Amino acid sequence: MKDAPGLAVEPDPTQAPAEADEAETTAAERRRARRTAARTRGASSRTRTLASYPLRNIGTIAGRELYSLFASPIAYLVIAFFLVMNGYLFSIILFNSQQASMSTSFADMAIILLFLAPSITMRLLSEEQRSGTIELLLTSPLRESELVLGKWLGAMGFYLVMLALTLPYPLFLLKYGSPDLGQVAGGYVGIILVGGVFLAIGLFISSLTQNQIIALAASIGVLLVLWLFQGAGQSFGSGGGASLAQYLALAPHFDSFTSGNIRLNDLVYYLSLIVIALFLAVRSVETRRWR
Amino acid sequence: MIEVQNLSKSYADKLAVRDVSFSVEKGEILGFLGPNGAGKTTTMRIITGFMPATSGTVTVAGYDVFSQSLEARKRIGYLPETVPLYPEMTVEAYLKFVARLKGLPSSRIGERLEYALDACQIKDVRGKLVSKLSKGYKQRVGIAQALIHDPDVIILDEPTVGLDPKQINETRQLIKGLGGQHTIVLSTHILPEVSMTCGRVVIISNGQVAAEDTPENLTKRLQGRDRVQLEAKAPRRELVDALKVVPGVTHVSAEDVDGGRVRCEIEGTGKRDVRSELAATVVGKGWSLLELRAASMSLEEIFLKLTTREEEAA
Repeated sequence: MKDAPGLAVEPDPTQAPAEADEAETTAAERRRARRTAARTRGASSRTRTLASYPLRNIGTIAGRELYSLFASPIAYLVIAFFLVMNGYLFSIILFNSQQASMSTSFADMAIILLFLAPSITMRLLSEEQRSGTIELLLTSPLRESELVLGKWLGAMGFYLVMLALTLPYPLFLLKYGSPDLGQVAGGYVGIILVGGVFLAIGLFISSLTQNQIIALAASIGVLLVLWLFQGAGQSFGSGGGASLAQYLALAPHFDSFTSGNIRLNDLVYYLSLIVIALFLAVRSVETRRWR
Repeated sequence: MIEVQNLSKSYADKLAVRDVSFSVEKGEILGFLGPNGAGKTTTMRIITGFMPATSGTVTVAGYDVFSQSLEARKRIGYLPETVPLYPEMTVEAYLKFVARLKGLPSSRIGERLEYALDACQIKDVRGKLVSKLSKGYKQRVGIAQALIHDPDVIILDEPTVGLDPKQINETRQLIKGLGGQHTIVLSTHILPEVSMTCGRVVIISNGQVAAEDTPENLTKRLQGRDRVQLEAKAPRRELVDALKVVPGVTHVSAEDVDGGRVRCEIEGTGKRDVRSELAATVVGKGWSLLELRAASMSLEEIFLKLTTREEEAA
């Protein structure tokens, strides 16, 4: 079991300090050890290396999350509600504006998501803590970052399926009009990113509590504040405070996507929000061990 | 296979585990015995890498559970007190998920799945949703997930709790059968479980190791202290006083029974048989001796004795 060569092959940055003594062995020794290991164990050492590959862990977590999401009735309710609301708003907007454009529809979609995304994320980590399955996850050879990323990707997978079901709208526009395809594509990129931010924040909040309902309410609250931060900024009047609020709020960054010309700083803004929220979730799961 | 050294763990300002040390050899089944709240679960959670220790070290299969956590965790199967199940999954999907999670190579998952289903006798429910299973089946699925990745070490926290007698027996047989190929630590507060399944016992009380031995030796060690049960027709206080002064007697407790009789429990040093002297004392005082017999200590009593000693002293 004490297979030092197998260990050396594995890409595992967190164990670098513990393996400091190994680093002292000369490169030649290591090469020799590795060759012997390859000869004696052949395929098995390769599969071991694969087995500890982070992508496999992330995939395992994300896969189970999708399995559970689609096994629960709430998921179908969320999808149904999303589609009914969007279908209704899309047709109203279409009839009133008589324009083959989805800009307004995307903005509405974001508002609907603001309430629906927390219902996807509310159970992601809170339920694991309540039911005790967190003990299985945290005693498995799995890093906290892999757990959080897997959870988020699982939720994203579900979200993308939900979003794919709105693709008939642009196809409909394409059949009966000539929509600006750049705008539509930009809108989809924007809504995917905004959804990613919502899910990441919801995931972080879900890591803080064992109670799904608290996670749901807190997530909606936080997202609403972030979305409407703009309004708060206006009360500072003009100048530094207002432009800061304008930058921090979620909503203003969305417009550039629906207008079809994506600005780099909006892209960076959403991506960095996702990274920050996921990072906080990782730290939150890590500190859970110490409580 | 498992080395626990000077392990301590404190929550806020409460010390849950105090300077616990023990080791488990390869293939051994170790019973971890103690009343609720003694620190069993905390110790197991530290061994499995779920939470870090405040001080002390634990190594599993040569890997430190804190600094080489991922390597150690690969080699541990763990059944926590609350069985970690996903109710919306089928038994088979759940076990496959755990196998992947524990890093079992894909090529071995099929074979290990069949083995685990077979060993835990859950083949007939493999396609069922976990939420539809009875308590006994859920527990067995829990054990199956602990052994599916063929770990060196299996840690079972109260594996038979909440099962009916038949299921308890089956589970114990299963655990016994796993010994030898796996190193097993199981915690329990039920004594017969330990004498039936374990080769060695660590008794933990108030976060400290109170005793460590084989179940047979523990019984022997405490049986060294003789115990005698005596029933007589006599005034209680005078009887106790008279018996206490008999050489070799260390402790006398008495209770009144109907009809002016008194029942005494007498503990001796075990170095000599005090029964004849006790009889002579009672008869010599003119009381009538109704019953006198030697009583051996059951493991249950040893356990009670070992774990309640501290409170008596306080």
